[in-house]
Amino acid sequence: MVDLLRFREDEAVKDPAVTVDAFLDQTNASAVRIEPGDDARHLLPHLEQLRLVEVNFPSFGDGRGYSSARILREAGYVGELRAVGDVAVDQLSHMRRCGFDSFAPEKPLDPEDAEAAFARWPEVYQATVVDGRLPIWSLRHGNGQ
Amino acid sequence: MYKYDHYDQAMVDTRVEEFRDQTRRRLEGRLSEEKFRPLRLQNGLYLQLHAYMLRVAVPYGTLSSAQMHVLADIADKYDRGYGHFTTRQNIQYNWIKLEDAPDILADLAKVEMHAIQTSGNCIRNISSDQYAGAAADELIDPRPYAELLRQWSSFHPEFLTLPRKFKIAVIASETDRAAMKLHDIGIRLVKNDADEIGAAFYVGGGMGRTPMIAPCINPFVPIAQLITYSEACLRVYNRYGRRDNKYKARIKILVHELGKDEYTRQVEEEFAHLQTQDIEAPAAELERIKTFFVDPPFDADAPDDLDLGDPDFALWVRNNTHPHKQKGYITAVISLKPVGGIPGDATSEQIRLMADLAKAHSFDELRVTHAQNIVLPHVKKADLYAIWQQLEAADLGTANLDQIGDIIACPGLDYCSLANARSIPVAQKISQRFAANGKGDTLGELKLKISGCINACGHHHAGHIGILGVDKKGLENYQLLLGGSEGDDTSLGKITGPGFTEDGVVDAVEKATDVYLAQRQEGERFLDTYRRIGMEPFKEALYG
Amino acid sequence: MKILTGNDLKTGAVVWWTGQDWSLHVDDAVDAGEHADEILAREEAARHVVSAYAVDAERDDNGIRPGHIKERIRALGPTVRPDLTLKPADPEAGNWVI
Repeated sequence: MVDLLRFREDEAVKDPAVTVDAFLDQTNASAVRIEPGDDARHLLPHLEQLRLVEVNFPSFGDGRGYSSARILREAGYVGELRAVGDVAVDQLSHMRRCGFDSFAPEKPLDPEDAEAAFARWPEVYQATVVDGRLPIWSLRHGNGQ
Repeated sequence: MYKYDHYDQAMVDTRVEEFRDQTRRRLEGRLSEEKFRPLRLQNGLYLQLHAYMLRVAVPYGTLSSAQMHVLADIADKYDRGYGHFTTRQNIQYNWIKLEDAPDILADLAKVEMHAIQTSGNCIRNISSDQYAGAAADELIDPRPYAELLRQWSSFHPEFLTLPRKFKIAVIASETDRAAMKLHDIGIRLVKNDADEIGAAFYVGGGMGRTPMIAPCINPFVPIAQLITYSEACLRVYNRYGRRDNKYKARIKILVHELGKDEYTRQVEEEFAHLQTQDIEAPAAELERIKTFFVDPPFDADAPDDLDLGDPDFALWVRNNTHPHKQKGYITAVISLKPVGGIPGDATSEQIRLMADLAKAHSFDELRVTHAQNIVLPHVKKADLYAIWQQLEAADLGTANLDQIGDIIACPGLDYCSLANARSIPVAQKISQRFAANGKGDTLGELKLKISGCINACGHHHAGHIGILGVDKKGLENYQLLLGGSEGDDTSLGKITGPGFTEDGVVDAVEKATDVYLAQRQEGERFLDTYRRIGMEPFKEALYG
Repeated sequence: MKILTGNDLKTGAVVWWTGQDWSLHVDDAVDAGEHADEILAREEAARHVVSAYAVDAERDDNGIRPGHIKERIRALGPTVRPDLTLKPADPEAGNWVI
């Protein structure tokens, strides 16, 4: 069982993630945690400074974190984007597609289940762009065939 | 109609395997019910009053005969020999076992069907006009656009945990046959002055506890931005829709609370941002999809006359057919509302008959309507009589389309654990009353809709006459509403006053129709007379 | 009395707690009394039932009668399809629900 899955080559940030409010007050924090009610766009002026953004999913049914993740990636954030909290196997591939590259579930996951989940979908219907996958409708019309 | 390519097929096949794995983990105890529930809901599997219920998607209400045959087979093999067609153009089975569900989905996948996202807090089945591709009054067939949206919305990773369910309808005619403005997003395809096709977006409609009519937030989104604009609408909802109260979580509440202008501003802002991302479908994809929706090979010499010598046939033609754009052809509506029957139910035998009729006489195509009937879209007039005779013999020939006997009813407390009262017995009694008093045909167009609870799956707010079942101190009680309409002139029904018992509401409906018959002017439907004379004369008749 | 009802996890069938296991027949139901929550939690964890809950009921001459019409319909089956109920041969069965 694992409690951290990470798809990055670099070393994990050791600093604790601060809240968005705290982050916006400080000048030197490099790790922040977004709650579902936070507006990820408040971080956009500071992306250069950030090396880790944790997006909290207090309950897996609250999907605001998926939008937060994509918004950050769409804005050019290249640091670590980590899903934390109520992260279960069946959400992993969707989270990956929204730009998450690490996962720290509060309940450890079976690594085999996780691997199967990430590998489940050979193709995808729609473009999130941030996951680098070409949607089926692009593949149909000459891209990446 | 659309045919899967290997990509589409791989997606449904993968989904089956994913669900098979999830079900296995659930039964082995490696997945809790709490975590499993949203997964099975997004595969159409509800836990219901008597058993698991499976809701199979019928994308934009279009089916082939091969698909209908599998639906009949599923009814026989895994259920109790019948299916229920719903107000969102889907079909439901009421007696499903969880342990069979993955195999059922596998059977469906073999005929390009699925139960993907027919429940859960995600984008649901995209509905459309049941006469699409056949109606003389449509600008363009809306279904290719619905198919594009189906692909976009299927497994969209950002929108699988929305605050609540999300329903989209797409139409392309002035006449709204899909209750478009009562959807979370309603799209009407339109043309601008430069003759370009675009989408008018109506956002924030719905029924349920707080019915609302969707305002138009953008009268013309170019088709080349259909997906991007839709994504903007959804993202604003995902971010800002209420999550504190299940009964205030639909987008209609967000649009209402922000106000149309502010919601629109937020969408336009997100839209401007999303246009910098490359998420739109290539134009070639829409063109590819459209190739599946070209006209079938009509017989240009098909005779255009109909022998209406048989009076029963003539009545059925008058009531249950719709003009077709092609000379010599007609659209036929098969009623699933026999007198005293269960609205929307069909036996496996009936389903097979309808499939065979479609294969032989309608270019292998059928439609499901929002009124829980079935359409054969492209029938030669020359074949119509023989078809009608077969329908009659199978109890599918009731000539009551859009009349009081053509009742829309949710399954109600007989089947649904959310219900407060039974709806089907009310429907049956009303149907029998108006067959007995012979007034059904005279009353003309009268859309009667019954919901067994405030969730309004029977669309009672949009009925010319609506009935809402409630729990009154442990007993079933029924409120009567008048003046709702789902069409272009969308309006929400108004309650008449205190509720009635089951027998009482049947009498009340008859009294209301008597007021109409006494007061109507030339050419007025029930709805028109109500709108002209108001509630008072009805209240007077009902409560004295 | 307080009886327990739920759906069988695998089949979805409506079942009633008999004191030892779960029966399709409401007349087999027992009074769970104060142990209701404990039984529900245990039986759901054991993957026998899902969505189980307690309801008020009475014992009368016919057997066990749940206090609310919804549970009576659960006990019998859909009133509009007597052939699909637990008592298809009994024409009066639907009256019991009301």
